[in-house]
Amino acid sequence: MAKVNVRKNFQQARWNEPMIYELSTPGLRGIIPPAVEDEIESRVGDVAAKLPESLKRKTAPGLPEVAQKQVLQHYIHLSQETMGANLTNDISEGTCTMKYNPRLCETLIGNPGFADIHPDQDEDTVQGMLKIYYDFEKVVKEVSGLDKFSLQPGGGNHAVYTAASVIRAYHEANGELEQRNEIITTIFSHPCDAACPATAGFKVITIWPDQNGMPDYEAIKAAANEHTAAIFMTNPEDIGIYNVHADKIVEAIHAVGGLCFYDQANANAFLGVARAKEAGFDMCHFNVHKTFGTPHGGEGPACGAFGVRKELAKFLPVPTVEYDGEKYYLDYDKPESIGKVRQYIGQSAVVLKAYTWSMMMGADGLRECAEISVLNNNYMLHLMEQIPGVSHAFQGNGIVRQEQIRYSFEELKEKYDIGSDDMNCRMGDYGIPWFWSSHHPWVIPEPMTLEPCESYTKEDIEEYAKVVEIVAGEAAENPGLLKNAPYHTGMHRRIQEEDLDNPEKWAVTWKAYKRKHGVK
Amino acid sequence: MKRLEFIVNPVAGIGGKVGLKGSDGEEILKKALELGAVRESGKKALVAMNILKEAEADIEVFTWPGEMGGDICRKAGIDAHVRGSITPGATTLEDTVRAAREMSALGLDLILFTGGDGTARNIMDAVGTDTTVLGIPAGCKIHSGVYALNPKTAGKLLVQYAQGKVKETKLAEVMDIDETQFRNGVVQAKLYGYLKIPNESKMIQNLKSGRGFSETASVEMLSHYVADEMKDGILYLIGTGSTTASIMQKLGLPNTLLGVDAVYNRKVVASDCTEKELLELTENYPKVKIIVTVIGGQGYVFGRGNQQISAEVIKRVGKENIIIAASRGKILSLFGSTLHVDTGNEEVNQMLCGYYRVIVGYEDMMMLPMRDV
Amino acid sequence: MSRKQFVHPYIPNSEPAVKKQMLEAIGMESVEEIYKGIPEHLRFKGTMELPEPIVSEYRCQRHVEGLLAKNKNAKENICFLGGGTWNHYVPSVVDTIMERDEFLTCYVGEAYTDHGKFQALFESSSMLADLTGFEACNTPTYDWANAIAIACRMAERMTGRKEILVAGNMDPDRLLVVRNYCKPEMTVTKVGYNKETGCMDLEDLRRKLSADTASVYFENPIYVGALEVNAAEICRLAHEAGATAMVGVDPTSLGILEAPAVYGADYAVGDLQPLGLHMSYGAGLGGFICTKDEKEFLGEYPSLLFGVCKTQQDGEYGFGEVYYERTSYASREKGKDFIGTTTALHGIAAAVYMALMGPQGFQELGEGILKRVAYVKEELVKIPGISLPVTGCSYCDFMVDFNKTGKTVKEINRALLEYDIIGGKDMSREFPEYGQSALYSVTEVHTKEDLQALFGALKAICV
Repeated sequence: MAKVNVRKNFQQARWNEPMIYELSTPGLRGIIPPAVEDEIESRVGDVAAKLPESLKRKTAPGLPEVAQKQVLQHYIHLSQETMGANLTNDISEGTCTMKYNPRLCETLIGNPGFADIHPDQDEDTVQGMLKIYYDFEKVVKEVSGLDKFSLQPGGGNHAVYTAASVIRAYHEANGELEQRNEIITTIFSHPCDAACPATAGFKVITIWPDQNGMPDYEAIKAAANEHTAAIFMTNPEDIGIYNVHADKIVEAIHAVGGLCFYDQANANAFLGVARAKEAGFDMCHFNVHKTFGTPHGGEGPACGAFGVRKELAKFLPVPTVEYDGEKYYLDYDKPESIGKVRQYIGQSAVVLKAYTWSMMMGADGLRECAEISVLNNNYMLHLMEQIPGVSHAFQGNGIVRQEQIRYSFEELKEKYDIGSDDMNCRMGDYGIPWFWSSHHPWVIPEPMTLEPCESYTKEDIEEYAKVVEIVAGEAAENPGLLKNAPYHTGMHRRIQEEDLDNPEKWAVTWKAYKRKHGVK
Repeated sequence: MKRLEFIVNPVAGIGGKVGLKGSDGEEILKKALELGAVRESGKKALVAMNILKEAEADIEVFTWPGEMGGDICRKAGIDAHVRGSITPGATTLEDTVRAAREMSALGLDLILFTGGDGTARNIMDAVGTDTTVLGIPAGCKIHSGVYALNPKTAGKLLVQYAQGKVKETKLAEVMDIDETQFRNGVVQAKLYGYLKIPNESKMIQNLKSGRGFSETASVEMLSHYVADEMKDGILYLIGTGSTTASIMQKLGLPNTLLGVDAVYNRKVVASDCTEKELLELTENYPKVKIIVTVIGGQGYVFGRGNQQISAEVIKRVGKENIIIAASRGKILSLFGSTLHVDTGNEEVNQMLCGYYRVIVGYEDMMMLPMRDV
Repeated sequence: MSRKQFVHPYIPNSEPAVKKQMLEAIGMESVEEIYKGIPEHLRFKGTMELPEPIVSEYRCQRHVEGLLAKNKNAKENICFLGGGTWNHYVPSVVDTIMERDEFLTCYVGEAYTDHGKFQALFESSSMLADLTGFEACNTPTYDWANAIAIACRMAERMTGRKEILVAGNMDPDRLLVVRNYCKPEMTVTKVGYNKETGCMDLEDLRRKLSADTASVYFENPIYVGALEVNAAEICRLAHEAGATAMVGVDPTSLGILEAPAVYGADYAVGDLQPLGLHMSYGAGLGGFICTKDEKEFLGEYPSLLFGVCKTQQDGEYGFGEVYYERTSYASREKGKDFIGTTTALHGIAAAVYMALMGPQGFQELGEGILKRVAYVKEELVKIPGISLPVTGCSYCDFMVDFNKTGKTVKEINRALLEYDIIGGKDMSREFPEYGQSALYSVTEVHTKEDLQALFGALKAICV
């Protein structure tokens, strides 16, 4: 590795920003709503005064009173204390596909042809938007090979929940719901693959991996029976190993009358390379807000694309977007539909951005994303393997990794009592955003899951690995340094964390904080 | 302010470094000292006490003289009330039991002891599950769940406990192996009973995947599920352990912690059954199921506890009628390994191999293979 | 176009020399060696049938703008749609903050590196709680409908009861979401309402309340365009039956309308969209749930709750997650909710909006809307054939009855487009009992001239 540039003197903005309430001065305000014209005023008088007494607000809400510049300044300061992916080396978020979010998409959502259209407008007045929905659906159909999609779910987990709802409706329609009350999932699948079916009323059976880190095929066969409603599996799972038994597993589940859902949150590395259809899945989903280049928003807004084989299309949420050869329309006529999972037809801003991104990529571009992301990941692994104290899940099993890897600081934990959280805190001091450790439970000890997707340069990857190396070295030389980190980010190490679990002390609002901590 | 008792078994772990497996029995101890063994348990205890010093203002410590605690408190700079008397350099098992019993009578909040599996058994004999205890691991054999991971974590947990940050308690297994067999190279840990220890629920911030569950919650949820799923017209043999005890609690039934109870139509029809009684029961009831948990940290379902449920009992009940329930945490700690069985009957061991749906929560199961040893 | 002719601006390592260096470092000839991990028969051999890429950003912008130009928008037309997404003014300051890449592109993260996001969301929850009169509020859900659905399950777990009573006058689309989410454990039963007043039928509520009722859900303002004058009484009756009371509110109304906590609600839910989010074809949604700050309530939130925590730096506000293990041991249903990426960014938008408005802003906004609505109602009934099917006061949304015009709402709306007016929502599918009626919405964005344009157009169309 040639010279690697690391941000040794990094300092995140740290404004010691007061709470917005502490900026309040009675009488100030940030904006004036448009006044009612005199004519209206004189016609109707003080309508609020005529409200039934029980409905009138007696005490004004205790909101802060702040002038406009101070509001703007406050929130700009807070934004500066936040590490967005577009401004940092966010290889950190394995399983989450944090890639570049093109600015063009943000320009477009400000267009009045989008920002100022109402979701209940007549179909004739939103043909452009409906076409975007319809054409983006074509993209996800091509990427998966499945027949019909709903873009209504509000995120990846929500799409998985939609899958569970559709599975419920399918077995109900066959009169088998009472019998088929179990779903199977695997331990390295996303936790939502267990949590969503559980929410929808299914019992959950979790499969462990075999010695190579792949879901134990024999265990799946042993678990599948006449009670099986479906299998929910992520592939590759979060350790980056492609499940070579995918089609055999699908066959085993189909053989007992169950359905197969493919969690494709990790689809980035397989665009145009491998699809749900070829492996025989009945359903799949994509995290539109990740794989298709739209921003994460720090927990949304998001969109999950949920797709099915045509036999299952009748169960999709209403409405679906259709085209009759002349115009696009919304189809509510689905008597067997599960109903709705979100209001309107979903997170249209994310759909618009994903559509735009897909149009810029095309089939070859999508394929290029996939190829470069697996190349980046293997280059990252090559660098990480050289760092003392860092290992990875199922190391040395001879299986080439795909788009992400779950690393482990187990050795550092044993030798120096330095775990994932300590590493994470200290890496922040080098300008690295908080990395994704692993879903709970931590099966791999002291984990770190990295996914260097296609937006990162070779130098970014080298910088990241170098920071891991430096901090792992610090762990060995001076563990106390890590225990008290970070020093150069927007916030210092928490103390008295037990207050967060104490009803007498915790506060999720300023009002509660003032009351419990004696603030005037 | 928390009142703690601190007892060190000064000879715990003495056999380990000289290649003897354990220090139980005077002859072994003598042999160990002849071989040049050094008393290490005191050093380990000191590590924990040095950390506990941090919470000095929140604790009042009672201890036994010299090597049994007084010396270590002094080295750590902790003021302690020293009681009783010993013969320095010649403390015995009886000293530990006496200390525990006498101080337990004082109504202290917690007994902190240093030792291994043998010491844990001594403490258990002395105080049962009345007093909260915590072990600093120093023995050669640590199979019991009553010990902190290492002396450092013991110290940290105590600080948390002293400051009132850890309030919950749970029952932890006291396991020990037959030392005679062990010295012949045969590992056979058995469940001897339970002690009450502080329950530290892990506080790891993990915003993306939502709520985690503590051990206690996991056991509560799986107990609800097993209880809800029990059907009339089937005799259930409830194995040993605190997990199965929790299931009985959900059913509102009395339970034998270290014994096997039989439940039919939500009523106890036999308590603390012997193998013979169990065999009789299987004769008298047409449908029988066994509900067991995983004993100890090595994944044993049969053969390390539940000895009453013998190979013959299992054979009669049949593999398909075995229900295994264990907390999520306990199952996950087996990651990379499997369930084990050692019934003493090769044929039955073979029969039991295969996959099981281990119940880990409400309507929540994990598929685990069972292997013969 | 062949892909090898350019390096995509978003994929830097596709540059051939760089790619070669990396491949060499990992000891491979080509990326295909990585994909060897996928069995041959699972590989996709075909080509995805997608349009040729528009690689120039400018051309792509033109392409998408061309599609968006086909939509009729509320800037060039006067829009009277509401009922879940409202046409309010979005202050420029809100847009500025929303466009900050720091917030826009950040991840779930931790307060150590995303301190600002945590504080902004804490402030957002705080201000929502100010409006609703509570002391606890979660981080955003997908939308209002999902907020109701989640709160219903919270109520079920807390009370151990399995039935939810919902006002029959609520938005049927929201009800569809709630019904699906409450399956299979819970039943959702509608309570009747008075067609004239739009308010809940208290007699029917009394009949349906039972020892199985976990919660009573009603909306205020009501979807069909009225105010729930019996809000306090509904809460009282629910409590009398040992149930909880849940109200869905428009947060912008709470400068003038009583805070739900004051009239006895246990849960206030609603949408963030009117608090500074553009309509964006329904993309502005984000739900909130407010409750008392009591262990019993906080213990049932499935979503994240951010709280203040001390740090090593004296006086610094740190943040962390409150009540991490929210487990009530008694419940069998516990844990059966899922969380995930929702609409956090909209929580930040709402924070900026509420901070700008302050108490005065909300009061003036509310008063102004009440006045405009009253004025429009007065004027509309002057038009022959048009009447108001629901009596009483309205906030933003109100129903207009076109039955006597002999025209359908669809016809009228099509005709209104000729006047650059986007008419109210056709309610004939959702509430057939009102026949050809439409749900109109008037907010602070409507000027007197806008309103008069509507009167003129309707006169011309209906008469």
